[in-house]
Amino acid sequence: MASVPKPDELAKIDHKPPKTGWMDTPVKFRRGTWLYAAKPKYLEAIGFPNPREWSPEDEDWKLPPNWKEIILEGLRERLGRFRSLQLFMDTCVRCGACADKCHFFIGSGDPKNMPVLRAELLRSVYRRDFTAAGKIMGKLVGARDLTVDVLKEWFYYFYQCTQCRRCSLFCPFGIDTAEITLLTRELLNLVGCNVDWVMGPVANCYRTGNHLGLEPHAYRDMVEFCVDEIENVTGIRVEPTFNRKGAEILFITPSGDVFADPGIYTMMGYLILFHEIGLDYTLSTYASEGGNFGSFTSHEMMKRLNAKMYAEAKRLGVKWILGGECGHMWRVIHQYMDTMNGPADFLEEPVSPITGTKFENAKSTKMVHICEFTADLIKHGKLKLDPRRNDHLKVTFHDSCNPSRAMGLLEEPRYIIKNVCNHFYEMPENTIREQTFCCGSGGGLNADENMEMRLRGGFPRANAVKYVHEKYGVNMLACICAIDRAVLPPLMEYWVPGVRVTGVHELVGNALVMEGEQERTTDLRGNPLLGMDDDKNA
Amino acid sequence: MGILVSLLAVIVLILIVYLGVGVANLQFVFGVIVPYVAMVTFFAGIIYRVMKWASAPVPFRIPTTGGQQKSLPWITAARFDNPYTTAGVIGRIALEVLLFRSLFRNTRVELREGPKLAYYWEKWLWLAALMFHWSFLIILLRHLRLFTDPVPYFVSLLEGIDGFLRVGLQGLFITDILIVAAATYLFIRRVIIPQVRYISLPADYFPLFLILGIVLSGVLMRYFFRVDVTAVKELAMGLVTFSPKVPEEGIGVLFYTHLFLVSVLGAYFPFSKLVHMGGIFLTPTRNLPNNSRAFRHINPWNYPVKVHSYEEYEEEFREKMKKVGLPVEKE
Repeated sequence: MASVPKPDELAKIDHKPPKTGWMDTPVKFRRGTWLYAAKPKYLEAIGFPNPREWSPEDEDWKLPPNWKEIILEGLRERLGRFRSLQLFMDTCVRCGACADKCHFFIGSGDPKNMPVLRAELLRSVYRRDFTAAGKIMGKLVGARDLTVDVLKEWFYYFYQCTQCRRCSLFCPFGIDTAEITLLTRELLNLVGCNVDWVMGPVANCYRTGNHLGLEPHAYRDMVEFCVDEIENVTGIRVEPTFNRKGAEILFITPSGDVFADPGIYTMMGYLILFHEIGLDYTLSTYASEGGNFGSFTSHEMMKRLNAKMYAEAKRLGVKWILGGECGHMWRVIHQYMDTMNGPADFLEEPVSPITGTKFENAKSTKMVHICEFTADLIKHGKLKLDPRRNDHLKVTFHDSCNPSRAMGLLEEPRYIIKNVCNHFYEMPENTIREQTFCCGSGGGLNADENMEMRLRGGFPRANAVKYVHEKYGVNMLACICAIDRAVLPPLMEYWVPGVRVTGVHELVGNALVMEGEQERTTDLRGNPLLGMDDDKNA
Repeated sequence: MGILVSLLAVIVLILIVYLGVGVANLQFVFGVIVPYVAMVTFFAGIIYRVMKWASAPVPFRIPTTGGQQKSLPWITAARFDNPYTTAGVIGRIALEVLLFRSLFRNTRVELREGPKLAYYWEKWLWLAALMFHWSFLIILLRHLRLFTDPVPYFVSLLEGIDGFLRVGLQGLFITDILIVAAATYLFIRRVIIPQVRYISLPADYFPLFLILGIVLSGVLMRYFFRVDVTAVKELAMGLVTFSPKVPEEGIGVLFYTHLFLVSVLGAYFPFSKLVHMGGIFLTPTRNLPNNSRAFRHINPWNYPVKVHSYEEYEEEFREKMKKVGLPVEKE
């Protein structure tokens, strides 16, 4: 792994394009800015083509001999299947409005990280092989041949896009780079050019049900660990069940929540909440992953992994599904799941068993976001909350890309935070809500070997946190995404030391007063509550 | 390079007219044949393009949401930026098409010492684009005067409003000034912003020069070298009534230049980025309601995929599951 430069070094970003035109500037694989190639065993496990040992740094990528035909045929097929792709290839006017909206361009200055140019990498090939103008006039209309160098450029830059869709919001024609990136990654996958950090979780998830590859007993142990921790803090032993038939609700959350700090505290928050309201729910070890790295791979792989949710809900006979805090998971559930794996006619339209609220907006998919669920509980006064137990925290909220730009889940988490925290401060308006900046590590880019690029991509987000950190003393960054919870801590440590990261339901878990609980002296992390040290001394 | 090539291309086009009409007297070719060919190319091309787009399915409902979703009844949803209903979608598209809503969001980022990122108000692109497109439309509609007899009321009305500024005896059309200013701004912007220059292709400069050529030849005709409007109308009416006739005199090379550049634009249109006009109505990130959890969207090519079933899963882990008391289907 390459060493990462110091923040003041990294922040010297030159946004001026180089002297040579972009078609004549070949890609350089500089360490720290790209991801390792997928191990063959992962591709074999899911039946993907061209499994082999290789590295992006190699001259020879060991492509199949007819790789060019495969890609062009793949492109032709996708142009026939996706109107979006055709439109996004044809309608760009290169106005440049998207250029400085991309966190990777802002953080790297590399012109090929401008969304328009990222898309031109594919468009140039499309024009050459699929348009009359491109065939005749070539470079004059921005067409070029597909070569190995072009393929390498695709690999580098389409794994430097986190599918966050910020550019798509600003584009006057709604051109969505996430769509272009996913489809180009599909093409790359056809010839075996994929990254380990994505294909590992995909293969794991396929077999064990979750990205981390936790087998059923291990998954259960991890959750039991959270249960023990809850007991330490609250004196109450919550009793989650697993794979239980006949439960009313199936709860699915990213496996990062049961495994990694600080995600486990969010998990503890869920468990505390469900216990306190007496929810009849079960966890599943088979559908033990909310996230879907298939959505960073191909539409087909997305569907193959997502299928487990409905399959398991059907097998267990639950009424509906509740989903935890996660970003891309909710893009898949909200915009793809019902279309791909529905109709979920074996489930019932979701109704909160506590408040009786019908979740009309989820009546077909039958899956409700935990923030919608909890906001409804709070609105109906069903939770006894003591926000003072979060008084040691000054909180800001990072909107995760997908819930904001592929869903519009903006107010629900804010409503919850405002009810469980006394100190909440918003970041500047150009960096939140639908204009939110990516963490820099979404889209399957959160591997250590890619750290420099992640820190660059996360720079705009971190810079906005720094603003509220300096202005209001914000020390806690709340989010509703498991990838965020994994990648924002190192990002904060690098750019804004002194700010930690939490899920929204960890804050709920802190504030929720449980019946029969012992007096809480610490938060879920074991940090003393404000005033508690003094009380003891007195 | 791209600038030069494009400029040269437009100059060559103008030269063609001067040679063709001024020297070789091919009035019928440039006044009738070329416009007809261009018109046919334009309509056939546009129909082909839109049919091609429309024939490709929309497998997933993928709107880019620009505001609060409709979820719980007590949370106010963004009706147009995150539409839930067809009416909302119509509103969103109308805002996009008529007012360039998305472009209005534009900001400019600047990296300052600190390091500190600052986001600046930047609506010039939006303003210029809006001026450009609206002026283009109004000028186009004004030209209906030449193709209709009697002239419809709204055309005269439009002329009256557009030409309320009077310079001497002559009406000065605001849109003429605006479109020159806006197109010039769009060109200058393309040249002086380094990133935009870097991404610009000859295919970006060419239509700008072409349109500037059209506008300037039109302006010259109207305000400086007057052409015989009656003769022009005679030609235009002949074209639209399919009884083409080239007037003996009264219209010179300048007019034919104007007409030829318009013809080139029309014929070029369907094969260029100018088709963005149609694209805006069709893009699934803007023209679909964000209600995919409430109403199932159908993918016409949804095909079965290979999945890892629960049975396969339990088969592999049954003993481990039993050991920790996880329920299993088969003992």
